[in-house]
Amino acid sequence: MDDFVRLLQLVINGTAAGCIYGLVALGFVLIYKATEMVNFAQGELMMLGAFFAYTFVGLWGLNYWLGFAMAIVCTGAFGYLLDAVVLRRVIGQPQFAVVMLTLGLAFIFRAAAGAIWGYDAVGFTTPFTNRIANLGGGVVLGQDNVSIIIGTVILCSVLYLFFSRTRMGIAMQASSQNQLAAYYMGIPVRTVFSLIWAISAGVAAVAAVLLAPVQMVDVNMGLIGIKAFAAAVLGGFGSIPGALVGGVIVGVVEQLAGYYLPAGSMELTSNIVLLSVLILRPQGLFGQVIRKRV
Amino acid sequence: MSQFKTSYEQDLRLATKRSDVFWYGLLLAVLLAIPFSLSEFYVGEMSFVFIYAIAGVGLMLLTGYTGLVSLGHAAFLGIGAYANAILLSEGVPFAVSLPAAGLITAAAGVAIGIPTLRMTGLYLAIATLAFGAIVVLVGEKWTSLTGGFDGFPVPTPTVLGFAIEGPSGVYYMALGILVLVVLVAMNVLRAPLGRALVAIRDSEISAQSMGINLAFYKTVSFALSAGITGLAGALFGHYVRHLAPDSFGILLSIQLVTIVFIGGLGSLHGAIFGAAFVALLPQAIALVRDDLPFGIGRLPGLEPSLFGLILVLVIMFEPHGINGRWQKLKRWFLAFPLHKRAAFRRQKTYAKTDRLR
Amino acid sequence: MSGSTGYFSARDLAMRFGGIRAVEGVSFDVRRGEVFSIIGPNGAGKTTIFNMISRIYTPSGGSLHFDGQDITSIAPHKIARLGIARTFQNIELFTNATLLQNLLIGRHCHSTVPILSQLLHLPSVRRAEVEHRRRAEAVIEFLNVQRYRDQLIANLPYGVRKVVELGRALCTEPKLLLLDEPSSGLNVEETEEMAFWIEDIKKDLGITIIMVEHDMKLVTAVSDRVLALNQGRILALGTSAEVQGDPEVIRAYIGGEPEPAAEVAA
Repeated sequence: MDDFVRLLQLVINGTAAGCIYGLVALGFVLIYKATEMVNFAQGELMMLGAFFAYTFVGLWGLNYWLGFAMAIVCTGAFGYLLDAVVLRRVIGQPQFAVVMLTLGLAFIFRAAAGAIWGYDAVGFTTPFTNRIANLGGGVVLGQDNVSIIIGTVILCSVLYLFFSRTRMGIAMQASSQNQLAAYYMGIPVRTVFSLIWAISAGVAAVAAVLLAPVQMVDVNMGLIGIKAFAAAVLGGFGSIPGALVGGVIVGVVEQLAGYYLPAGSMELTSNIVLLSVLILRPQGLFGQVIRKRV
Repeated sequence: MSQFKTSYEQDLRLATKRSDVFWYGLLLAVLLAIPFSLSEFYVGEMSFVFIYAIAGVGLMLLTGYTGLVSLGHAAFLGIGAYANAILLSEGVPFAVSLPAAGLITAAAGVAIGIPTLRMTGLYLAIATLAFGAIVVLVGEKWTSLTGGFDGFPVPTPTVLGFAIEGPSGVYYMALGILVLVVLVAMNVLRAPLGRALVAIRDSEISAQSMGINLAFYKTVSFALSAGITGLAGALFGHYVRHLAPDSFGILLSIQLVTIVFIGGLGSLHGAIFGAAFVALLPQAIALVRDDLPFGIGRLPGLEPSLFGLILVLVIMFEPHGINGRWQKLKRWFLAFPLHKRAAFRRQKTYAKTDRLR
Repeated sequence: MSGSTGYFSARDLAMRFGGIRAVEGVSFDVRRGEVFSIIGPNGAGKTTIFNMISRIYTPSGGSLHFDGQDITSIAPHKIARLGIARTFQNIELFTNATLLQNLLIGRHCHSTVPILSQLLHLPSVRRAEVEHRRRAEAVIEFLNVQRYRDQLIANLPYGVRKVVELGRALCTEPKLLLLDEPSSGLNVEETEEMAFWIEDIKKDLGITIIMVEHDMKLVTAVSDRVLALNQGRILALGTSAEVQGDPEVIRAYIGGEPEPAAEVAA
């Protein structure tokens, strides 16, 4: 029974971690689906969201929920500006160029964050820090992990409703499938893309705040991006539910590897999983195989 | 005044104009004389540039010419460095350990090339990223071979009884290998192999219908690129004298890709320009650090942020890199005063979708 | 050459994408040295057939034979060495290379120099390169594109690119040439030039040509026989006049008038 409880605990911890990976991956996928650009600075957007939240809740002492909302808005606005000012100018360049561009941006963000907030790890208190939820049968969970999972589910439901039921959401879907047709329909495609970047950044901010009780905020938080990549690839790079499923799988596999395999295998595992998926089933679990028409 | 060509053979020559031979000869003479005229510090810096240039040429063949993006190329530097150092420490003579390191790294290139044959752009980039991370992690864990975090000291190489040591020794070694590697690269580019690689980059479907075996040539490209980078790695080992696994991580991989990119994709000159830029940037920053306004110079993390900023600016305003600017400059001079403004303005490009929708 | 099956033959060729039957039950023979055109409305499956021949797709059913050999499932890169070359509907040139380099890549299937020799640039490499250059120049002369020789494809106008596409295919010294809509995007004069070249390729170079085309004037001018397809199936096969007069064909084109049988260009 103990083993089972431990397994369950690992799975739930893994799911929580996986939700974070999934949310960051979601950001990747949103941008990729719309503009075919890969945003290698997604992790750094999450870091910025975390620092914004730290400033509002930790430094300025605002109410947690207010600070949460403000962080999302600020990060979203930042994402919008990023697209409007920088990314729009490189439309038409090969994908590789955009990869390098966002890599460069990641460096800049990291250094800027370090300059503004310093390089030490900081934290702020949330309603979920250091609280536990006792589910009975010996299963004890941190409320922080539970909040991550619940928060992710809520966010994804909101996004689903947004994309399928609201005009803006449908406009976004249209723009990402066929830019020219969307233009003809009167959809302001460039603005829509900037809004997608804003949403993507907002999602990263949510991930950051959900993560706050579990992990300190510091300049290198963004390196989670690589694991989020594994999640996005595993799910199939064009699939939104896939990103989450992929994230959870990566998170759970990581936790299991960390416990059952020799020390230090965790990082190796996520990379091996990533490489294997790419070799064996590059379209991931839910992606589509695409072919060039000649 | 350019010469008129009278035979196809002339197009095949490495230096198509007689003036090229003069200028490159002069450059070589200057480079050979440097250790005698400049201080050890500058000699060391130049060696570093050469080593980066060799790795740059290696990566340029793969990414710039074949179109296969590798975000894990530092792994090949590491494999080459360790292979060379380990062989030397086992008593293998340098004349054998150096080429062996290249071959071992080439084999590693094949090992990652073959499983990734069907991968396109982005996925290949991520796969190489994962590969790079795995190599570093293995390097850290396999302590019996690599010494793990404690590092691995690199023995001094000897050739024909003479120990190659000191900054000058490394300098001449690096210069020699660089010249060799550039010659090989130029041979590749003027042969069917080079054309096959470019064909694969520009249109895989077309390349196949011309009879190019994609699997074979992609693998050859990986092997060649990795092998050359492995040689750079071996020299890197002699430059730093002490190896540690975590110096071959993603940061170095990104630096290598930056070399290729800032230099100008698809040109050997670009690899050299880019290498000079990336290798000398830290020193350049250190020089102007104190003079920067608002105390920016005193901020930690200045280097990576400037790195990032330059990358961003280059992509936004000169995606063809230093080589692109250089070509534009040459054209401007050659055409002056008859040059047309429009010829130097960047063409508007439109997004071409990779998707089948 | 056996009498019943032609130089090139397709038997019961079928291609299904999921539930869509792009090509179904297509059989035809092409005689050596003839110009064989395939016509049909959009979506009839013409380019799909080409893609099967050049091995971009693997047929869901049926077989393809060329010069006595079964080519239904050989590796894509082996097609060129067998002597089959093709042009693409939307031009698949190597845009970041010069015209000459594109043509030289067309010579690839005749390159036999080992990699190591190439790395060392041995004299054998040099000799082979000069020979390749000579042949590419012959094609340049044939197509009269000397002045574009060293220009990047990216800088060339569409009409010239179409010609380069043709030239690159010719550099492979094919026995069978697949032309996918050679006149698309060309104006009247350029199309007339294309017609002349097709005639020259057939007469002077003795190359067999299979052509997918929409331009009926061009089809009538150069073709020996025409195959009409609609929705993946054969409607008619015969001379240009026969096919264009076939009521099924006329109906497939939604009431389009067939071109009056024009005189074959002398």
